Amino acid sequence: MSNFPFLSVLTVAPLVGALVVAFLPRHRPELAKQVAFAWSLLVLVLSVVMWVSFNAGGDRFQFRESYSWIPNWGVSFTFAADGIALVMLMLIAVLVPLVILASWHDAESSKRSIPVYFALLLILESTMIGVFAAADVFLFYVFFEVMLVPMYFLIGSYGGHQRQYAAVKFFLYSLVGGLFMLAAVIGLWVVGGKTFDWQALSQVDISTGTERWLFLGFFLAFAIKAPFFPFHTWLPDAGGAAPAGAAALLVGVLDKVGTFGILRYCLPLFPEASKWFAPWALALGVIGIIYAALLAVGQNDLKRLVSYTSIAHFGFIGVGIFAFTTQAGTGAVLYMLNHGLATGLLFLVVGMLISRRGSALISDFGGAGKLVPVLAGVLFFAGLASLALPGTAPFISEFLVLIGTFTVNKPVAVIATVGIILAAAYVLWMVQRTTQGTLNPTLTEVDGMRRDLNLREKVVVAPLVALILLLGFYPKPVTDVINPAVQATMDDIGSTDPAPSVGGTVQEAGR
Amino acid sequence: MTELKLPSLDYAALAPIMIMLGTALLGVLVEAFVPRRTRHVVQLTVALLAVLAALTMVVLNADDRLVTAGQSIAVDGPTLFLQGAILVLAAMALLLIGDRTVERGGAFVAQAAVTAESADDRKQAEGRNGLTEVYPLVTFAIGGMLIFVAANDLLTMFIALEVFSLPLYLLCALARRRRLLSQEAAMKYFLLGAYASAFFLFGVALIYGFTAGVPGRSAGVDFATINAAVSESPASPVLLFAGMALLAIGLLFKAAAAPFHVWTPDVYQGAPTPVTGFMAACTKVAAFGALLRVFHVAFEGGGWDFTPVLGAVAVLTMLVGAVLAVTQTDIKRLLAYSSIANAGYLLVGVLAPSRDGLSGTMFYLVAYGFSVLAAFAVVTLVRDADGEATHLSRWAGLGRRSPFYAGLFTFILLAFAGIPLTSGFTSKFAVFGPALEGGQAWLVIAGVLTSMVLAFPYLRVVVMMWLSEPGESTPTVTVPGGLTSAALMIGVLATLALGVAPDPLLDLATGAAEFVR
Repeated sequence: MSNFPFLSVLTVAPLVGALVVAFLPRHRPELAKQVAFAWSLLVLVLSVVMWVSFNAGGDRFQFRESYSWIPNWGVSFTFAADGIALVMLMLIAVLVPLVILASWHDAESSKRSIPVYFALLLILESTMIGVFAAADVFLFYVFFEVMLVPMYFLIGSYGGHQRQYAAVKFFLYSLVGGLFMLAAVIGLWVVGGKTFDWQALSQVDISTGTERWLFLGFFLAFAIKAPFFPFHTWLPDAGGAAPAGAAALLVGVLDKVGTFGILRYCLPLFPEASKWFAPWALALGVIGIIYAALLAVGQNDLKRLVSYTSIAHFGFIGVGIFAFTTQAGTGAVLYMLNHGLATGLLFLVVGMLISRRGSALISDFGGAGKLVPVLAGVLFFAGLASLALPGTAPFISEFLVLIGTFTVNKPVAVIATVGIILAAAYVLWMVQRTTQGTLNPTLTEVDGMRRDLNLREKVVVAPLVALILLLGFYPKPVTDVINPAVQATMDDIGSTDPAPSVGGTVQEAGR
Repeated sequence: MTELKLPSLDYAALAPIMIMLGTALLGVLVEAFVPRRTRHVVQLTVALLAVLAALTMVVLNADDRLVTAGQSIAVDGPTLFLQGAILVLAAMALLLIGDRTVERGGAFVAQAAVTAESADDRKQAEGRNGLTEVYPLVTFAIGGMLIFVAANDLLTMFIALEVFSLPLYLLCALARRRRLLSQEAAMKYFLLGAYASAFFLFGVALIYGFTAGVPGRSAGVDFATINAAVSESPASPVLLFAGMALLAIGLLFKAAAAPFHVWTPDVYQGAPTPVTGFMAACTKVAAFGALLRVFHVAFEGGGWDFTPVLGAVAVLTMLVGAVLAVTQTDIKRLLAYSSIANAGYLLVGVLAPSRDGLSGTMFYLVAYGFSVLAAFAVVTLVRDADGEATHLSRWAGLGRRSPFYAGLFTFILLAFAGIPLTSGFTSKFAVFGPALEGGQAWLVIAGVLTSMVLAFPYLRVVVMMWLSEPGESTPTVTVPGGLTSAALMIGVLATLALGVAPDPLLDLATGAAEFVR
């Protein structure tokens, strides 16, 4: 089965599904939903098969496929996945069906076509898979940009308050980053001898000055995408305005393209420049952790609050990447996965809460736990996962990042730890103001608030809760896949882990 | 007195030019002898057949690499490629020009001499059949463009410039509605164009003077002589620089590069939309074809001198086009500023001193031509009782009223914004890559920065169409007849095809990217 072209099939399959769904009759929305859901399940099954056939101890890149595309420019459809990409592909495959299920009634509040909403979700899945599966820089860039289009329409057409503003801001921010990257991509193509193949390019020697400029071009695009402080201002707007399902994908997966890009492109292709810029990147990461956490504490809009918590988490991921140790790197990649699960869950649950109340403002809630106890419980759990409580998956990744950073850069690790305390503050305070305390009397007058989770919603949250707990206690299957890939990336930049005795114990803990 | 000898003419190589000019003359005869009822059909058929015949000859000549007609016409790779491009785009433009279903009687005035805004004028606007003199005018213009990109000396180039400019001035004045705006556009275009021609001619004279300074050679304005003079002349280069500058003004005016762009928005807005599309696509190809030949062949040795200046012009053009596009509220003016910015990107390609740069520029010209014609085709469709509704506020909610055409237009706008999988992206790559390779990193960075600015106005139109609620005054899209649909679909499909599979055209352009000298 390992010769099966998994990656190209996975990229194309959702696109075909999207076409099918888009051309279903508009007056039969139920059919469109069912087809979209079934299709995304199909992709999930295929992804699981791919996961099983991945050989964790084998080559760094597996499932490699290459088809010529534009020979004049040395462009080809080259797909390949390392452990990091594989984990992200699994995250997409798991999240999309759940998001489709969670968005079952989301599109109905707008006057737009319902089949189109689900078609856009599938197109988004296709481009997201493509961006992680590409092993050709040009192809990666194509997916990186095209990804914006379905997301733009998801936010702009189906979003809530201020959706137009948020959609345009999202698009322009990403496009600006993308165009800087385009300049760097062309530059890389010129110095790399007119090839776009990742493996060929990673062998090219680049002069120091050029390397730094190219690094900056890529890094800027990824820093906007991730987003890191100070390029983050689009995310709360986009996350706040997007429909909950799309927001879960936006923050859970789309933004990981930024951190994934740094790991896959910035570090291996420009190792010297990465080291040179690392102090700056670490500084941005640390500022992001503290600054976004402080802003999250002060939010009164649930979706914006969750968006800010994500920015803080991306600070952690950034610190983990630029600490240049295997533990921190593994922690960062694991964090990318766990954050996708935990924040995805948080967004979906918050979305359920908002659609019941008809408002996203925390001040409109209060004591909701008395009306919808199960929903409140899941929200509490998602919040705890988000603040990295031991026993939930994010704890392990956050711990790995901190300990991996501590061995090489104590001040950064110490400041970042403050972020954990702030995380407890924003999560617990949000939970307290929405679900605990005295019941807000207006809530009882809202019909929706009397309905607790129905079966569909339980099916949505159950797998995520289970995965968060499972990976919280037994992350080995995932770390086994991530570790060799991170190790190879660290080798690319020529970084060795200091103090093997410390590293050894952490490795044990990690496994 | 030396005996005048008739230069040898390679009739096969000159066939495309002669077909177009001959057809233009035939068109005048048709005007005189064919009854009014059938004139429109006959003229359109004749013009389209001529374009097809000329295109066939270009294809048959594909392997020609020669100079004929006494050193004045060069038929080589770039000539043939660009002639082919002009003819294909002109065929599309002719389809738009010939459409009479979108607007009753066509987009052209029934009688150009009627006083604007008078009772007669209102009567003619109500659907009397438009002028058919349009077709000979367009065929003359196409013929002139074909010569322009093939001209191998400056005088021939000047004649060609006039042959295609004069019909264009006239065509601009022939809009059926908003006659005053249309006449104003024609007047502005004519006056400024006349100045530009004068600059060009003065430049020719100075260059002639410069070539006279080479000992042992006779003076001349053919490109080989100029090329030799540039590298050999012991004389002071003042004449050369002044001449080059004046020539460049003339050419950059036609290419709509800043600071010689001021006519563009007014003319694009006032001219009948099919003519605007024709100018945006074909005139650009012709103007850049001439620029490429002048700077790559005649002034090849002066690269060090003109590159910084043209580079500054390119940056200014991109900036002016992008920044002013942001403030526009009229779709035709927005597209005009976008076309100015695109002239800037094309100049980046002109300044890439390599074969890849040349082929990239030619690729860009074709890709842009298809997209811009499709864009103007959509503009002709969005209309209300008073003709085209070009104010942007009127486009609000168009996506709800007519999702299909709004979708096509969105696709074209995404192409203009340079999103991958459209020709807008591949063509930008085709010019920026060689420019960076040629050491013009500053131009590429300027190009990237202005692309960001330019994305905003495009996006604003997309937002208008899809994310705004339709207002009371949102016009509907007129379902087009066969001709406009054909042009629109060709443009959109080409934009997609050149974005997804640019390789065949790139091969063609690379194969053609060598001038004969």
